[in-house]
Amino acid sequence: MLGARAAALRPGYGFVLSRAVGPFGAFLALAFVMQLVVVPWAGPFYEKLLMDIGINCLLAVSLNLVNGFTGQFSIGHAGFMAVGGYVAGAVTYYGSFVLWGSPAVHGGFLGGGDLLFLAGCLVGGLFSAGAGYLVGLPSLRLRGDYLAIVTLGFGEILRVLLQQTNDVIFVPAQIEAATPWQMATALGGALGFSGIPFYTTVFWVFVMLGLLLIVAFRLKESSEGRAFLSIRENEIAAEAMGIDTTRYKVRAFVLAAFFAGIAGALFAHETGTTLNPRELGFQKSFDIVIMVVLGGMGSISGALVAAVLLTVLPEFLREFADWRLVIYALSLIIMMRFRPQGLFGIREIWELWRKPPGASPAGRGAS
Amino acid sequence: MRSDTRAPGPWSVLFSTLALGLGPLVLGGCDKMRGGSETAKGPGPASEAKGGEAKPDAPGGDTILIGEFGSLTGSEATFGQSTHNGIMLAVDEINQAGGVKGKKLAVKTYDDQGKSQEAGTVVTRLITEDKVVAILGEVASSLSLAGGRVAQQYGIPMISPSSTNPQVTQIGDMIFRVCFIDPYQGFVMAKFTRENLKFGKVAVLYDQAQAYSKGLKDDFIKSFKEMGGEIVSEQAYTGGDQDFSAQLTTIKGTSPEAIFLPGYYTDVGNVALQARKLGVNATLLGGDGWDSAKLTEIGGAAIEGAYYSNHYSHEEQRPEVQAFVKKYQAKFSQVPDGLAALGYDSARLLAEAMGRSPSLGGKDLAAALAATRDFKGVTGVISIDAERNAKKPAVILQVKGGKPTYSATVAPN
Repeated sequence: MLGARAAALRPGYGFVLSRAVGPFGAFLALAFVMQLVVVPWAGPFYEKLLMDIGINCLLAVSLNLVNGFTGQFSIGHAGFMAVGGYVAGAVTYYGSFVLWGSPAVHGGFLGGGDLLFLAGCLVGGLFSAGAGYLVGLPSLRLRGDYLAIVTLGFGEILRVLLQQTNDVIFVPAQIEAATPWQMATALGGALGFSGIPFYTTVFWVFVMLGLLLIVAFRLKESSEGRAFLSIRENEIAAEAMGIDTTRYKVRAFVLAAFFAGIAGALFAHETGTTLNPRELGFQKSFDIVIMVVLGGMGSISGALVAAVLLTVLPEFLREFADWRLVIYALSLIIMMRFRPQGLFGIREIWELWRKPPGASPAGRGAS
Repeated sequence: MRSDTRAPGPWSVLFSTLALGLGPLVLGGCDKMRGGSETAKGPGPASEAKGGEAKPDAPGGDTILIGEFGSLTGSEATFGQSTHNGIMLAVDEINQAGGVKGKKLAVKTYDDQGKSQEAGTVVTRLITEDKVVAILGEVASSLSLAGGRVAQQYGIPMISPSSTNPQVTQIGDMIFRVCFIDPYQGFVMAKFTRENLKFGKVAVLYDQAQAYSKGLKDDFIKSFKEMGGEIVSEQAYTGGDQDFSAQLTTIKGTSPEAIFLPGYYTDVGNVALQARKLGVNATLLGGDGWDSAKLTEIGGAAIEGAYYSNHYSHEEQRPEVQAFVKKYQAKFSQVPDGLAALGYDSARLLAEAMGRSPSLGGKDLAAALAATRDFKGVTGVISIDAERNAKKPAVILQVKGGKPTYSATVAPN
């Protein structure tokens, strides 16, 4: 009965859609402007930088769903990225051969190639979500550090498996003769999956990022998302309130894996990248964790700001050659010294100047 | 979780943002720090630093800008440093001799940290922001593949000094290399083993996580079998493994005359130590992944007498080699390794092609590079073949008294 009353209080689909469609339209418009106005003006190098920024934002915000919202510690995010990237790469690379006879970029903006790429992204995301479910279901029953170890193990197993794959087939006649299984196992091995067509554009990156941001922000305000947050705050209390913690943890995990897979797909089709199992290892996972921690666990805008800073910073520091990594590391240390809870803590950027709920005025200076 | 309930403290947020983001950007504005990695002779593009980027002179200026990308930091840093030294030595020499087409050469170098994503970014930056006419790099094949596809897309010629994987030059007509490729190296070692050492039974132990090792193994086995040899055992490890006793015991049971180890020097050193401990006394054979002073440091006495193929030997008596070794030692006070020699050759071969090319446009320059024949390089006489690979001899080195010594030269057929 209580459940029925709660259901009656929930907003209808019309309300939810209006809240989601409006912002998505805005993001779509922004992506168009980016692609058609900003990119030609900024040039190819800044175009690549914008894509890198967008992909890192996708990774940071999606990991934030697990590490920030739900308070679980996953360090295998690059593994999900790899699943999405390899699946999407295989779809477009071998798919292009089957459809058009060559892996070159096919069709113009929103042409046939772009549609194949979009399909590849979604399939990659779904595979990655599936992997997230398989990894999450047994391990999310565990608490604390165990999840970290399991996700780390997942990433490493995936890396070793990918290194065992065969060389990419690039002779059209051989591809015609190949079975789907042969194609699925010809992913470049240790050398990396090279030859994937460059379909990623600033437009697609920002469309996907818009999608994720709407999901993340809507989630944070929804009962579903509140369940995530309650698990972070106190798992036992959440359970006592009737929240099926494992179920919610797995949901957060699968959702995060889906968007990590899409980020991986965008990464795979970006100009000048080769999917390389060695580079999608735990080092990459840690880079993403750093973004989340730096931005503030649970703050979506914090993850965004951190991802932008950590992508742009090394690029501008490139001029300093040898000093680049020192300055970079030093900035992180200074940051953690003065702001251990991350840039924005658990708040969003526009909430910074708002008084925390329930805090007494005297408490302000005491901490 | 005390910090979670703490007041936001806008000032500390502001300060942290400044420290993290703006601080280095402010620093970045000061011109003195600009172009730190740029090495230009005479009035180079460094003097024109403006905004965030160093723009090169307009066409018709008196420098020609070449881009270089390499792993100057990261786990393969010594590879990148050696190559960079070789390139800088060649560029200095060319500039002292009057440059190319009456212009001085300048090199813009970016570090890619041994990551393919960075490699793609810096090559994009070199081509579209710095407007280089050609690119030199990388050592690792996976990074050359990432950077090469960008160079091919923009139609800027790229020469890899030392990426031996065949796929690199298959990217397209803008990508060249001055080193031999893995199938050739496998063939050379097979030929040397069969004809010079007269061995018939060989075991193979390779690194299954390295494309280089796997490829070289396949090529060696194929050539060796064609020459009538027998592969008695084929075992694998994963780079970084510490215990090889299982594989070595299996190999010992087949009593081979030699063991082919196409891995990198760290693992090879450890394999050698454990093989001798287990009483395996077969001759050890390898490829250019052995080329490091660390090999004998790790392997010690166990690696004595082993043979490996390489791009050059500093002991070779050809005048090009001796002149290069002397100049390199004078400048960097160390003996140049194979990567330095290949870096040197790549820059000189590029300059020579620039001299012959009617213009410095990508198409003309690529055509001139493709027409390179009998170029007298430090690493041998180089001709560029139809697949844009270098046809050249390989040298075989033997570890003697803890040092690699010149043993033989194997020419292409």
